[in-house]
Amino acid sequence: MTGSRGLRSWLTTTDHKRIGLLYFYTAFAFFLVGGLEALLIRAQLARPNGTVVGAETYNQLFTMHGTTMIFLALMPLSAAFFNYIVPLQIGARDVAFPRLNAFSYWVFLLGGLFLNASWIAGPVFRAGVLNVAPDAGWFGYANLTERQYSPGPNVDFWLLGLQILGVSSLAAGFNFIVTILNLRAPGMKMMRLPTFTWMTLVTQFLVITAFPVITVALVFLMFDRFFGAHFYLPQAGATPLLWQHLFWLFGHPEVYILILPAMGIVSEVLPTFSRKPLFGYTVVVYSGVLIGFMGWGVWSHHMFSVGLGPIADSVFSATTMLIAVPTGVKIFNWIATLWGGTIRGTTALHFAVGFIAMFIIGGLSGVTHASPPADLQQTDTYYVVAHIHYVLFGGTIFGLFAGMYYWWPKMTGRLLSETLGKVHFWLTFIGMNLAFFPMHLIGLLGMPRRIYTYAPDLGVSSLNLVSTIGAFLIGVATLVFVVNLWRTRSQGAPAPNDPWGGATLEWAIPSPPPPYNFSVIPTVANRLPRWKTEHHDPMPDPPAAPPAPVHVPGGSWWPPVAALGLPVLALAPLTHHLWLAFLGVAITIYGIYRWAFEPFEL
Amino acid sequence: MPETREHAHPNVGTYLRVAAILVILTVLEVGVFYVPAFHVVLVPTLLALSAVKFALVVLFYMHLKMDSRFFSFLFGGPFLLAVVVLVALLFLFFGQFTLRGVGGGGVGGG
Amino acid sequence: MTHAAAVHHTSMGLDSRKMAFWAFIGSECLLFGSLISTYLIYKGKSVVGPYPHDILNIPFTSVSTFDLLMSSLMMVLALAAVQRGDLKWTKIWLFATAFLGILFLGGQVYEFSSFVREGLTLQTNLFGCTFFVLTGTHGAHVTVGVLWLLTLWVRALQGKLGPAQAVTVEISGLYWHFVDVVWIVIFTLVYLIQ
Repeated sequence: MTGSRGLRSWLTTTDHKRIGLLYFYTAFAFFLVGGLEALLIRAQLARPNGTVVGAETYNQLFTMHGTTMIFLALMPLSAAFFNYIVPLQIGARDVAFPRLNAFSYWVFLLGGLFLNASWIAGPVFRAGVLNVAPDAGWFGYANLTERQYSPGPNVDFWLLGLQILGVSSLAAGFNFIVTILNLRAPGMKMMRLPTFTWMTLVTQFLVITAFPVITVALVFLMFDRFFGAHFYLPQAGATPLLWQHLFWLFGHPEVYILILPAMGIVSEVLPTFSRKPLFGYTVVVYSGVLIGFMGWGVWSHHMFSVGLGPIADSVFSATTMLIAVPTGVKIFNWIATLWGGTIRGTTALHFAVGFIAMFIIGGLSGVTHASPPADLQQTDTYYVVAHIHYVLFGGTIFGLFAGMYYWWPKMTGRLLSETLGKVHFWLTFIGMNLAFFPMHLIGLLGMPRRIYTYAPDLGVSSLNLVSTIGAFLIGVATLVFVVNLWRTRSQGAPAPNDPWGGATLEWAIPSPPPPYNFSVIPTVANRLPRWKTEHHDPMPDPPAAPPAPVHVPGGSWWPPVAALGLPVLALAPLTHHLWLAFLGVAITIYGIYRWAFEPFEL
Repeated sequence: MPETREHAHPNVGTYLRVAAILVILTVLEVGVFYVPAFHVVLVPTLLALSAVKFALVVLFYMHLKMDSRFFSFLFGGPFLLAVVVLVALLFLFFGQFTLRGVGGGGVGGG
Repeated sequence: MTHAAAVHHTSMGLDSRKMAFWAFIGSECLLFGSLISTYLIYKGKSVVGPYPHDILNIPFTSVSTFDLLMSSLMMVLALAAVQRGDLKWTKIWLFATAFLGILFLGGQVYEFSSFVREGLTLQTNLFGCTFFVLTGTHGAHVTVGVLWLLTLWVRALQGKLGPAQAVTVEISGLYWHFVDVVWIVIFTLVYLIQ
């Protein structure tokens, strides 16, 4: 660990490595919460006319499952790696704005707690427990979300929670863009950046452009719900379609925000365990950048059933089919990386290869969605649920697990058990396919999404049961992983600097790294500095100790203080107490002023 | 001193000239609004005039012309994106509503 | 503002804070772009009045526009003063900028309250919703800008705003000019093109 101990040192940390660990543990905890919600959903759907939960609770479960997994698990797990690994990969001592980095984490934690508090906050609103969690879907379509149709605080928790979380993501977006562009080690040209760092950069540009749009959509909803505005109300001449456009203008880039980091991880793991450079690095990087740009041109493919008209439908259908091209290019490059390589079948590699296979399946169902006539049958059915889980679980989560097995030794100084890892992988792989493959059929047989039960004569009962079994298998697999994490804390084999023979800079320093990361900032001469290739010899690793003491910035209280004002502000409309708004703003402004005038040496 | 590339700053004279042009353009804009003869070309003229004002402030007051090209990319990229999205949304909603109606309500055909 | 990343070696030879801020301004283009798009989408769709031509006061708003344009001039003059270490004129121009900002805000308050008196509120119709949220968001940005400028002004009064702090003044200037530029767009699309 990095030096100082104790709660205070963690609360005030500005060290990207500690912040990365905080993101990891917090996000993984939310991942378990989201998983529990999934198991309850699947328990309810195991049989027709299920009685595990009622309809209202079911609505809350699928809403919170989606919202939690996307915003509180997948994005922050990626952020754990952005935080820990990117500065190491570019040869920096920290990110460009360490206190802003800490601020992002605390806002995320508080936003996640705010959102999940809704599970137990019922009594505060004179309702039962488990009654006021968000229940209008993770995509909150108007005008179901208007006060008239959702009178309780459920949707308020959702929209306010998301606004808080948006601040966290935006702040991190600016931070990492500047870090990656401006803090690279000497010689680390852009086309020598590790692929993971490149994909992180593209992701952050997507964040800073897409999040403002959902911010506006949520502001409109907030004004409708709290101040009597009519942004989405047809009786005033408005249209609920505005919400859909604004939401998906954010929502589509969001899915690329979710997948690009995982693709970056896979692009690191495959070369290391094939002992071969990534095939077509330049093309893979450009494809990632292209996906980022093109991701802005496809949003209305989520709206093929609303009556956009034949021209709009055709345009978005074409752009959606086109975006499969750079993705396909990456897949071929990954396969070519493995081809002819010296393969070491570590758990990380299993998950990376699993990613490729599962993402292909998810991508194929995605391509079928790109055709509006086909999509008219698929949309709002379980076929879409199959697609999203193949790309988000089989894609993002597999990629993230690959990253965990790959970088856990670097982050903690301990190796995870490869045996338990393989068990985890195979149980997950089997569980995942059992859970989600049947959903393709279930959907095409006519079962809609977001319904709390189904009739026996729909003919999907056994398929649903299989799916439920698969989901519980995933649960067991995850437990195996948790056991692996737990045991490795005390019994894990100590990790050397470079347990895998990696090519990139993070493997040049101890596991875990000292507070200053690099005793001497390396000068980089090529893309694979630590490998011997036909073009160059490996660079020597930095010396064990720095030649002179390296200054490391201390901690600061002001990021968590400034963060605290945001949920306080959000409580004001939720509880109808205006003074909370003033208090929240005051806390945040106070925190910002103290932050601005605090002596803080980088 | 930080390792930043320093570019020559425009002198006060340039700033004052830009301010004068901005004032003139604003007067022209208001003029176009009030003089009925110009109403035929109201929209394109106003868009053009305000675009020039926008450009002057961004290029000279915000120093973008003299600064690193990269800043122009950091601003220009998202700005262009916003404009394209705005135009796309207007087209998408054109079929839902009739855009030019004043006080009209109805939802048009799909 | 205290020292930040600028004093260290940077890969692009650019000030990190300035880079971050231009990225932020890019992001704000999407924010205001969404608000403006909504205004334009809903233009002419209000089911009841008052409508823009009933209520918008062009002469008054022209003066507001002129006020903000002049404040941008004050801002660049303030920056020039900081860069040459002229503390006296730094204080004067910073205060002048903030003062014109406060005048602008006063004008907005007057305009909003007179609209309410004339029957246009957030709840009245689509014009009310889109107008107040768009211009209100802009006004909130101006408010933040005024607070920022006054903070810098106080630093100048304390004698702590010299050439070494020029970048922070420049960044506050970027924010201020951006807010002005958004108003240029709003003035044209909301007030002049009805």
